[in-house]
Formats: sequence, structure tokens, C-alpha cells
Amino acid sequence: MVAQNIFFYVIAAVMVAAAVVVVTNRNVVRAALALIVVFAGVAAQYILLAAEFVATTQVLVYIGAIMVLMLFGIMLTRARIGQDPEMTNERWWVGLITALLLAGVMGYALIDHFGSDPLPEDRRLVAVGGSNTATVSDAIFSQYLIPFEVISVLLLSALVGAIVIARKDR
Amino acid sequence: MDDLMLNQFLLLGAVLFCIGVYGVIARKNTVLVLMSIELILNAVNINLIAFGAMNGDIAGAVFALFVIAVAAAEVGVGLAMVLIIYRNRSSVDLDDVDSMRG
Repeated sequence: MVAQNIFFYVIAAVMVAAAVVVVTNRNVVRAALALIVVFAGVAAQYILLAAEFVATTQVLVYIGAIMVLMLFGIMLTRARIGQDPEMTNERWWVGLITALLLAGVMGYALIDHFGSDPLPEDRRLVAVGGSNTATVSDAIFSQYLIPFEVISVLLLSALVGAIVIARKDR
Repeated sequence: MDDLMLNQFLLLGAVLFCIGVYGVIARKNTVLVLMSIELILNAVNINLIAFGAMNGDIAGAVFALFVIAVAAAEVGVGLAMVLIIYRNRSSVDLDDVDSMRG
């Protein structure tokens, strides 16, 4: 368990550092690449929490699809590939104050309420077929079937809408 | 310090969330604001998975997958809107998109 703790803190430190790069770096492409590091770290935390199916989905969808879309967006909008001093508002300190206040409130509430509750030793959820993936799919296709169908329609309509919005010949 | 604690993951999620909020407020470039929103959604997902592991309930993983699907839809529509703003105004600077200012 000590090894898990060491891994947690190493990965968390890398994630926070990369997240700070995402919101402060002046180079858009560099910010996007730092975001990939954050996504990979989140996937690693999912594995520490024994949710391997969500970790795989995180890698496929976020790193594989969403980041490629983001990089295409950067290229197509020609947000100058290179140093650009005009990436942050003049009143960035308003955001800093908001974020620090929010961090203080949330940190206090979490430490006050959850203190040092330990996670259960055996965190793997393997009710069906002895595998996490089978358990997730069993839950999706029985108990959460209607939300799943709604999400499918939402995804379809969002993608059709994206094509209609971005089309040239209107 | 032997066991992993629930609070470790919740506090990590809170820190990522706050960094994302700072990015949404402070950034000028529209694509960078979208990236900060992705940071926020990931922070929420860490919380969902952590509570799922805490309570031994698969619902955490299921709703994390739903959040991932909604994030994919959001990025698609968001980038389409950024593209059309760029085509109409030749800029993705949020300060230039002020035609609805009162």
C-alpha cells in the first residue's frame, strides 16, 4: 500500500504541474501537449482506484480523440503557433482570487467532512464475470439503460449539429 | 499513511477544478478556454470514481463514462462554434466577441 501512496503523490504532482502549464503557458500548442499529460495522469489515478475500464476509455477518448480535435482547432484557427503575449486577460488576478477562494472553501469542506477516511482495501468492482468491464457493461445495459440511450441521442445530435454549424455552404 | 485515503483523490480533484476555473476566467483564447473546461470535467470524473470505489458502487464508473461522452459532444460543438467565429471575425480572441454587450 505504501507503493500505491508513492505512485499517487508522484502522479498527482506531475498532473498539477502540467495543469498549471495548461492555464499559464503562452504557447497554445505547448498548453495542449501539457493537457495530454494531465489526461494520462487522470487515467493512472483511475487505475489506482481499480476502475480499469474507465481508464482505458479515458485514454481512447480524451488522449486519442478530444486532443486531436483540439489540435485541429488550434491549427484551423491559426492561433499563432508560437509565443504570443496576448493569451491571458489583463485582469487575470480576478481569476486567481476566485480560484484560491474556491480552493480554500472546497479544501476546508473536504478535510472537515471526510478527514482521513481510508479507501477499502479491495476496491475492485467485479460483481459480474469477475471483470470490471463486464460489471460496468452489465450496469449500463440494465439499470442505466435509459440514460445510456439519452446519451447516445445527445452525442448523435451534437455531432450532426457540429457539422451543420461548421459547414461552409450555407 | 499506509492506506490510500478518499481525501487524497478528492483534494486532487478540487485542485484540478480550481486550476480549470482560473483558466476559464483568465484565458483570452477560445480554444484555451475549452481546454480549461476539459480540466474541470476531468476533476469531476476523479471525484465520481473515488466515491464509487469508496462505496463499492459501480454507478461512479457509469456516470464517469457518461461525463466523458458529454465532454466529447461538448468539444465537437464548441470547436465548430470556434471555427465559425474565426471565419466571421478572423480572430478567436474572446474580447473581440462582444456584439451582445449591453
